[in-house]
Amino acid sequence: MSGAIIRRHSGWVRVTHWLSAAAFLLLLVSGIAILLALPNLYWGETGALGAPALIELPLPVNLEQTGWGRNLHFLAAWVLVIAGGVYLLIGMISGHIRHDLVPAPDQVQPAHLAQEISDHLRLRPARGDEARRYNALQKLSYLVVVLLLFPVMVLSGLTMSPGFTTAFPELFTLFGGRHSARTIHFLAGCLLTLFLIVHVAQVFIGGAWNLTRSMITGRYVLPPERGR
Amino acid sequence: MTGISRRQWLAGGGALATSAALGGCDAPALRDLANPYGLSNALTFATQRWLLRHQPLVREFGPEAISTVFPTINTTDPKDEAYQRSKTAGFADWRLPVSGLVARPAAFSLAELRAMPARTQITLHSCEQGWSAIAGWTGAPLSHLLATVGLQPDARYIVIRSVDGWWDSYDLFDALHPQTILAYGMNGADLPVAHGAPVRLRVERQLGYKSLKYLTSIEAVARVDGIGKGRGSMVAELGFAWYAGI
Repeated sequence: MSGAIIRRHSGWVRVTHWLSAAAFLLLLVSGIAILLALPNLYWGETGALGAPALIELPLPVNLEQTGWGRNLHFLAAWVLVIAGGVYLLIGMISGHIRHDLVPAPDQVQPAHLAQEISDHLRLRPARGDEARRYNALQKLSYLVVVLLLFPVMVLSGLTMSPGFTTAFPELFTLFGGRHSARTIHFLAGCLLTLFLIVHVAQVFIGGAWNLTRSMITGRYVLPPERGR
Repeated sequence: MTGISRRQWLAGGGALATSAALGGCDAPALRDLANPYGLSNALTFATQRWLLRHQPLVREFGPEAISTVFPTINTTDPKDEAYQRSKTAGFADWRLPVSGLVARPAAFSLAELRAMPARTQITLHSCEQGWSAIAGWTGAPLSHLLATVGLQPDARYIVIRSVDGWWDSYDLFDALHPQTILAYGMNGADLPVAHGAPVRLRVERQLGYKSLKYLTSIEAVARVDGIGKGRGSMVAELGFAWYAGI
């Protein structure tokens, strides 16, 4: 009954995946700690209590958590930037991003996409040969996370750094000011958290033990085709 | 660049530039590398020092950008009796002693600071609590004051103290930056008491907590590891990074 065992993830993908995952969780926790000192979001260069806010989050104000919050945030940020940078560099050079993450031509046919959406809605993971590769929706969500959301997170985070922006004031132009960058940092963080929730849910739908093991050891048991 | 001059640069100029930028291994930002937070803060410090090695200025704005809301936090009216008396007298008796590794120790009055070449800069203040506001600051460059008293060659840090017990230290990389000023004016008027009257520091490339208010003394030293708990600043003793370029 059990299917063939295939090698699914290269060592460098597995290492950078878990380092980024750990860093992301620490960034999320410490990011909330920093946010609670001013749970309002603004647009433009400036923002402060008493100034007109874009979004007032229904969160309690807590000024006491920013010391450890910032220390942990920047430690985890370094881990994420290094792991993410290594991932992008090897991913580009090795062709991993082109071959494994960019949808194949047959996957972007309307009929195929419609089938994928239908399978997703019925929570039916791919089996057999289709499970040898990521599905198109999965590939697109990984591309958005890897090439858009994480770069936006890092750059909008750096836009809040008085030291870094002295060297690269262009970041203020890119995001429209320090507080616009802070708001974008928050929104992109929400999208990444949403991705994390869906990602983990998909792991459970697709077989938590098999999928998690494949991201640790690289060995993945190919689910056999359904009987007809 | 030829091989020889490159080698010379690496051996001489490079080492000199690196030690000037990083302040040597006893620098508060490099003293705690065994601790993960200390290591990441050191990495940030070293990276930013390299990015800022040509000493660029922070952005300056026009007067139209000045914020209507500029919060005041922590001490907003020091309880210190001498301070209160001085405040009542319009800070006419206020003096800023400059001591330590300087050739000509002196104490400067507000009038003497005002008589020095002044710099006005309209900049973004980024607070550790997450808020930011833009204001114009007028004051004497710290570099001018230090040139007036004559820094000795072994002076590497400037320790600055505040009437409310806050203290911090700055290496010469920041202390001598043109936008590091002793500000006595804000938005075209005298510096208000809530913002640190009569004189506050402006260190524009770091978070607001490095811009001490209510200055009481300046001291040039060779090392800071013997001061307080040896972490370089009061806030570092509370768990905040000494280097706040973040």
